Amino acid sequence: MGFEILRPGALSTVQDKGRRGFLSQGIQESGACDKYSMKLANLLAGNLEEPETAAVIEFTLKGGEIRFTSEEIIALTGGDMTPCINEKPVPMFSPLLVRKGDILTMGLAVSGLRTYMAVYGGIEVPSVMGSRSTNLKCRMGGLEGRALLEGDYLESGKDLRQFKKMIKKLKGNEKLAAVDEDEPWLRHSSTPYRFYGNDRMVLLRAVMGPQENAFTELGLNTLIRNPFRLSTDCDRMACKLEGEPIELKNGADIISDGIVEGSVQISSDRLPMVLMSDHQTTGGYAKIATVISTDIPALAQLKPGEWVAFQYVTPGEAVAICRKEEEKLRIFKERLKNIIYR
Amino acid sequence: MIQIKPVGDCGVLVELGDSISEEVNSKVMELNRRIHGLSVEGILETVPAFCSVLICYDPLKTDYGAVSKVLSLLSESLEGKTGLRGKLVEIPVCYGGSFGPDLSFVAEHGKITEEEVIRIHSSRDYRIYMLGFLPGFPYLGGMDERIFTPRLNSPRTRIPAGSVGIGGEQTGIYSMDSPGGWQLIGRTPYRLFKPEQVGKPLYEAGDSIRFVPISQEEYKEIKRNQEMG
Repeated sequence: MGFEILRPGALSTVQDKGRRGFLSQGIQESGACDKYSMKLANLLAGNLEEPETAAVIEFTLKGGEIRFTSEEIIALTGGDMTPCINEKPVPMFSPLLVRKGDILTMGLAVSGLRTYMAVYGGIEVPSVMGSRSTNLKCRMGGLEGRALLEGDYLESGKDLRQFKKMIKKLKGNEKLAAVDEDEPWLRHSSTPYRFYGNDRMVLLRAVMGPQENAFTELGLNTLIRNPFRLSTDCDRMACKLEGEPIELKNGADIISDGIVEGSVQISSDRLPMVLMSDHQTTGGYAKIATVISTDIPALAQLKPGEWVAFQYVTPGEAVAICRKEEEKLRIFKERLKNIIYR
Repeated sequence: MIQIKPVGDCGVLVELGDSISEEVNSKVMELNRRIHGLSVEGILETVPAFCSVLICYDPLKTDYGAVSKVLSLLSESLEGKTGLRGKLVEIPVCYGGSFGPDLSFVAEHGKITEEEVIRIHSSRDYRIYMLGFLPGFPYLGGMDERIFTPRLNSPRTRIPAGSVGIGGEQTGIYSMDSPGGWQLIGRTPYRLFKPEQVGKPLYEAGDSIRFVPISQEEYKEIKRNQEMG
């Protein structure tokens, strides 16, 4: 029992929090680009104990069309692709009860870039090396290691008895469980933004280094004193930025070392590239800074042409921000437990 | 000269030198072993590279201060013993023919015969300095300079998995189908990347590789056995 992909959208993949423990073998984490929205979708869909490990679908830029072949609890978060069920608009950030035969349709993202659909029980694909995430580069995980195609059939891993109990409690109370419009801070990750002219500019907080010594004082300041915009060269591997070139002392080449999600690499064109969840595991370009984990989701929701700025924070500040963000979701989970799933 | 640096809110980089040498890389492997031996709370994984170790931690369980303190203690008095350590892994390679379309170019470039290229390439053990680029792709050091060969001017769009190549002063194995610009001299029947098989990989950084020349018949035989499991 699950759902059928009638139209797959631009790039739709099965993801969870990612595959950890294999970077030393050259296998990247993968996982949802916007992990905040993934976790929120899972909580809303009733996966209270598995917000990180229940697999979801990540839609990019343009959603698709899905036909449900059984009753499910689903939830949509992240970018707004104007979702409709049976041609009627449905709310995001809310649990949705779908019936057998219902068709979910999504269009182009009118805000954000990536939309997450969670299903109660999680999407049931085989766990490969500890994760259900699709790794497109290694062609593993998810559904046959690839993006979803028309005609694919996915199942949810729900326990039917538990599901019936959940439905009973949820029916008619969906609004109570939803994250309302008056709680925008809970709908998205807590990354600050400013305005650049009339445009919104996301402020990415980053820890300087580890190769700060490869840059001049001017170069280190250029990163934080100028706006950058996303180029068209952005995908699940990296976001290439455009803007003021960053001055290096010598060349951009270093002896290759390990890379993390968020690494801000400056290559020979002296422009920043922020590595995303499908990043290569090692690289030979100097890294001026690392975007903190809390701010990756906000970057993952930007389209080419949109603006970012950088701000340096200390590792201590970054860890504190990360813990505060986690606390936000923990409190929301308690709320769901207390008002719906008592 | 040991440097410990923050990598965002989830990582620490320990730099143990600034050159590619067996001594520095031995220290890297030694530190990596010490970290894994200790199983520190909150440390998720490590990425040993040519002269550094990247340590990834869970910021909900620990923080930069705590992890860097442990790492600075662990980085004390690393010996950096040279000489090959780790295990020696033999990789059978069928050289030349359709598996090694660039073998003749490598021979020509080095002004030696194809047989000599094979003999030179397979007559020493190569240290795995690091894995990266592709899953299971080994960065090998210590190739004989007589077979140094520049990369192709325009990279091939698809190199079959198992291809053994030479790129400048390095040699390596393409662990999966991939674009690439190295000169291809042979192919191994071994499948180096098997996502469906969780467990110990064939080799890790710090191990060594020895290429063993095999015939086409042997290649087919091993390939058959591999596919049967």
